[in-house]
Amino acid sequence: MAIDIDVAKRLGERTIAARFTAGPGLTALFGPSGAGKTSILNMVAGLLKPDRGHIRIGERTLFDSATNLPPEARRVGYVFQDGRLFPHRRVRANLTYGLDLARQADRWMGLDEATRFLGIGHLLDRWPHSLSGGEAQRVAIGRALLAGPEILLMDEPLSSLDAARRGDIMTVIERIRDELKLPLLYVSHDRAEVDRLATSVVEIGE
Amino acid sequence: MLSAEEWGIVALSLKVGGSAVLATLPVAFGLAWILARYRFPGRVVLDALVHLPLVLPPVVTGWLLLIAFGPLGPIGRWLESWFGMTLMFRWTGAALAAAIMALPLMVRAMRLSIEGIDRRLEGAARTLGASPWHSFRTISLPLALPGVLAALVLGFARSIGEFGATITFVSNIPGETRTLPLAIYSALQVPGGEAMVTRLALLSVALSLGALILSEWLVRRTHGERARHGD
Repeated sequence: MAIDIDVAKRLGERTIAARFTAGPGLTALFGPSGAGKTSILNMVAGLLKPDRGHIRIGERTLFDSATNLPPEARRVGYVFQDGRLFPHRRVRANLTYGLDLARQADRWMGLDEATRFLGIGHLLDRWPHSLSGGEAQRVAIGRALLAGPEILLMDEPLSSLDAARRGDIMTVIERIRDELKLPLLYVSHDRAEVDRLATSVVEIGE
Repeated sequence: MLSAEEWGIVALSLKVGGSAVLATLPVAFGLAWILARYRFPGRVVLDALVHLPLVLPPVVTGWLLLIAFGPLGPIGRWLESWFGMTLMFRWTGAALAAAIMALPLMVRAMRLSIEGIDRRLEGAARTLGASPWHSFRTISLPLALPGVLAALVLGFARSIGEFGATITFVSNIPGETRTLPLAIYSALQVPGGEAMVTRLALLSVALSLGALILSEWLVRRTHGERARHGD
């Protein structure tokens, strides 16, 4: 599935612009901190409206001069840097949040399958605040996958983790890329991470 | 312990206070939400208007209610001709006065808890397929709930303590508008009323103290919750 992105957005004094196409596998948006990589993901997710341009996934137009789908209609999964789990819901209720909202036809993974895939079955009855960084990030990934997305955005998902957990989560990401064959847009400023994970790299400059 | 008359006073106070906060709840939440989330021209004026009953002499608030809701007032005349409803000298009028006086406290408590919600959680909910309304119901509202409960408790305590606006607007009628503070005031005017004053005053202290402790506990619970998430 081809992802075709051409967006520009003025934020204060800066103009953030990006134009690239991404195929299957993991496309890394690579560049220094503050280059607007997260803003590009937010535009793809529908959380930030571009001033102009277009965003297309396969045959579907998410955004252009005539279209601006709301985030809930985009089928774009998003794993945030900080996990962003709902603090008032247990892990199970976090995981099923998007699953329950997805149309039957759009779901491609069930709760059991997701918990097995991510190894988080023992966490289901826990509260988010009791999870370690790595556990929280696995749950956040599971929550996004269960909503039945067509692509998955990841915003520096390893940045809050220690070295051992980084390796674990990188393995999970590789399996999403290779076993689930879900296209990934992955934001990072870490060369080693990108070298290991990326199928293709888009440089985002100043 | 309490005489039948005193129980009647307590029951009336609870009825007036309860009706006042329940009726104010949606209005106060709406105002708190608007003031917490939106920037618009006139926001400062709205904020000041909401807070006015907090700083205005209560007797002035009562007088303004009298002008607006009296039989010749613009709202009072309208209520009378359309619904056959009068608020003057009725317990419903006492509830209205209490509601107006409780509004600023309730808006403040709710606004704090709404401002404390991490809005990025709402964005996360949207990417998971939630409409704005669903995200409000399942994320924002539950996270604001401790503040809403604290506002209810504080507003209730403020309502059953209301004196100045009430006595100005609906007078001091036994069984209809004579709530706890008005009853204490009346008993003070009667020779030999000291025992009743003491009982009712102690009851007021207990009710208010209980409400304060409960609301403090609710607020602390929210902040504790947030601290654990490193916000």
